[in-house]
Amino acid sequence: MEEELVLEVQNVSCGYRDGGVFSRGEVQEVLHDVSFNVRRGEIMGLVGESGTGKSTLAKLILGMVKPTSGKVINYSRRPQMIFQDPFSSLNPAFTVKRIMEEPLKIQGVKNRQEREDRVMEMLRLVELPEECLRAKPYELSGGQRQRVSIAVALIQKPKFIIADEPVSALDVTIQAQILKLLKKLRRELDLSFLFISHDLNVVYQLCDRVIVMKDGQIVERGDVERIYDNPQHEYTKQLLAAVE
Amino acid sequence: MKKRNWYLIFGSVLAGIVAAFIVMGFIWTPYDPTEMMTGPKFDAPSLEHIMGTDNFGRDIFSRILQGAGSTALIALSTVLIGAAAGIFVGAVTGYFGGIVDEALMRFNDALTAFPSVLVALVVVGVLGGGKYNVILALGIVFIPSFARVSRTAFAALRNVNYVKSVRLMGANPARIICMHILPNTMSVLLPAITIGFNNAVLAEASMSYLGIGVKPPDASLGYMLSEAQGMLSLAPWYALWTGGVIVVMIFAVGLIGEGLQRRGKEGL
Amino acid sequence: MLEIQDLHVRFHNRQREAVAGVSFKIEDGEIMGLVGESGSGKSVTAMSVAGLLPRKQCDYSGRIMLDNCELLHADRKVLRQVQGKDIGVVFQEPMNAMDPLMKIGKQVEECLKVHTQMKAPERKALALDALRAVELKNVEEVYEKYPHELSGGMCQRAMIAAAIVSKPKLLLLDEPTTALDITIQSQILKLLKELNRKYGISMLFISHDLNVVRKLCRRVVVMQRGLVVESGETDSIFHNPQHEYTKKLIAAIPTREGRGSL
Repeated sequence: MEEELVLEVQNVSCGYRDGGVFSRGEVQEVLHDVSFNVRRGEIMGLVGESGTGKSTLAKLILGMVKPTSGKVINYSRRPQMIFQDPFSSLNPAFTVKRIMEEPLKIQGVKNRQEREDRVMEMLRLVELPEECLRAKPYELSGGQRQRVSIAVALIQKPKFIIADEPVSALDVTIQAQILKLLKKLRRELDLSFLFISHDLNVVYQLCDRVIVMKDGQIVERGDVERIYDNPQHEYTKQLLAAVE
Repeated sequence: MKKRNWYLIFGSVLAGIVAAFIVMGFIWTPYDPTEMMTGPKFDAPSLEHIMGTDNFGRDIFSRILQGAGSTALIALSTVLIGAAAGIFVGAVTGYFGGIVDEALMRFNDALTAFPSVLVALVVVGVLGGGKYNVILALGIVFIPSFARVSRTAFAALRNVNYVKSVRLMGANPARIICMHILPNTMSVLLPAITIGFNNAVLAEASMSYLGIGVKPPDASLGYMLSEAQGMLSLAPWYALWTGGVIVVMIFAVGLIGEGLQRRGKEGL
Repeated sequence: MLEIQDLHVRFHNRQREAVAGVSFKIEDGEIMGLVGESGSGKSVTAMSVAGLLPRKQCDYSGRIMLDNCELLHADRKVLRQVQGKDIGVVFQEPMNAMDPLMKIGKQVEECLKVHTQMKAPERKALALDALRAVELKNVEEVYEKYPHELSGGMCQRAMIAAAIVSKPKLLLLDEPTTALDITIQSQILKLLKELNRKYGISMLFISHDLNVVRKLCRRVVVMQRGLVVESGETDSIFHNPQHEYTKKLIAAIPTREGRGSL
């Protein structure tokens, strides 16, 4: 059976050149021949340590960076991203309502009532109380802020979301709530995720498949159960040993 | 429990008082500021002329009201021109970066390398003196400093996550710059604008003092100060009043600037 | 060796006490865990012990005894003698905690310079010993390097070296592994265990991560909203938590078994 894909990354390499306008430095390869796909309705985990090119990969998928070779195919319209740090991902000058309305305004939803209805719908979906609308980001807790970020992404009706360490900056009890929310959203809205994390236990709880990256390359991939029970690559084994 | 921002409160009150006098000066002055022989020459402060009179017997209080008005007007317009153009340049270079940034900032450096009065002199020399040309000249002189400050602020916010996230919403750069970044640079830009205002007051004063600023019969504080210098021994109060008003004006706006800066630091 | 008795701290701009009556004891050579989420008061407790409390901006009461020396009310001079010499501190972000313009070796030596009359070669020898003790390789080379030339894990090792160079009685560790990659985390934990075993340094290990605490600490104190809600042997708390909050914390730890529960 042909599976429906939301994202296909084909043999992508990506590098930066050091130096400024007047000097041409060496090309530093950050990603090397990376290929994978994300199926519809799936949560794909991406595990690796800092500096392995996870963030560059996210930028590539969102079109913020161009690959030096290879291809990224987004089958869904306009993928969204949830950032790690909920402090910097919301504009501190705006109220929550204004932040949530912004994507609708950009899309050209002129009717105020329609915008407000959509905002309220999202607020219920991410389980935030109505009072939050009038608050500014700094008045909210970390967990609430992350819920707002999720609502901002969802209000644009994406089919595919990249979540870059969305719970790493949160307290553990809050982490569990946000993870639960993400799972619920996937069920109810038929969403697909690329879930970037360094925490294997979180990945295990949430993801269906996982890819493990080291130094810009994929070293192992497969079903999350299989990788946990029977890791092949030395690096995966190390990662698993560290969380035992 | 928020600590009161006394800088802001005190500065605003003081600036408010100065502004009230200036507004009054536009509508009503005790004597016509240009009318001669309203009383004896070099009259010391008295009930009739509360700041005394000058060598033509003109009422100094009336002249100061009018002079402060035109000085404030020149400073304000100067800063507005400088800030508007400077912030525009800074926003574009800071947000987009790259080759445009390099080119404009190098040009900026070149402009800064000349002493500001010299640049203003050149502009006035080409266009001729007078109030409006002084405004234009000083406005141009003020562009680089605003461009530099706002460029730094915009470049710092360009890669912040909330800006990335609006970019993902498909917003165009103009919207991102004006609606999303600009409000967050205000804590840096507002103090810069107040400092710019003060510099403009001083620059206008020194230009008029040097005789390349406003032309009679217009009066400005700087022009009056240069007048006062000639009669320092006969009417010392003239220089004192004029200088004093400049100091109070700068002090008030300086306090506001300091207050805004502190509020910006606490706010985030 | 360290005893905190009924510690209260309230910052002037807050209604609620950041620390509202905390007492616990650390025995000689023990690694004590201090667990709580943000706002629980764990960091303020640690600051009080390290003498880093901004005294003018808060009200505080209670006693902190390090052996026979009272720290909470001690004057600056006494505190300065204790800081660095008897108590070493390691912070979360190794890159931020180090002076970027100072060579690693100089930073490790800093505390010897302040507290002893030692000559330069003597100091260097001790610094190299400390760098060796934290299992860095090529210590002579590391000594001459600047922080940005080291990886995060190496930086954190160097920080620990700086904290132990004057052989303190107590090591305060404020989330020392949180900012590090997971494989590096477990190496640092191993190192801390080793240091404790070899040199008998007592440690207060502050973390929000119960899983990490479990690997390292024999006893643990759980804090919530400025209060100690539970304390005791780490194992027994894990297997038989008494307080609601502790149960919640343990339940929230992501584990394999938890997969179905989401």
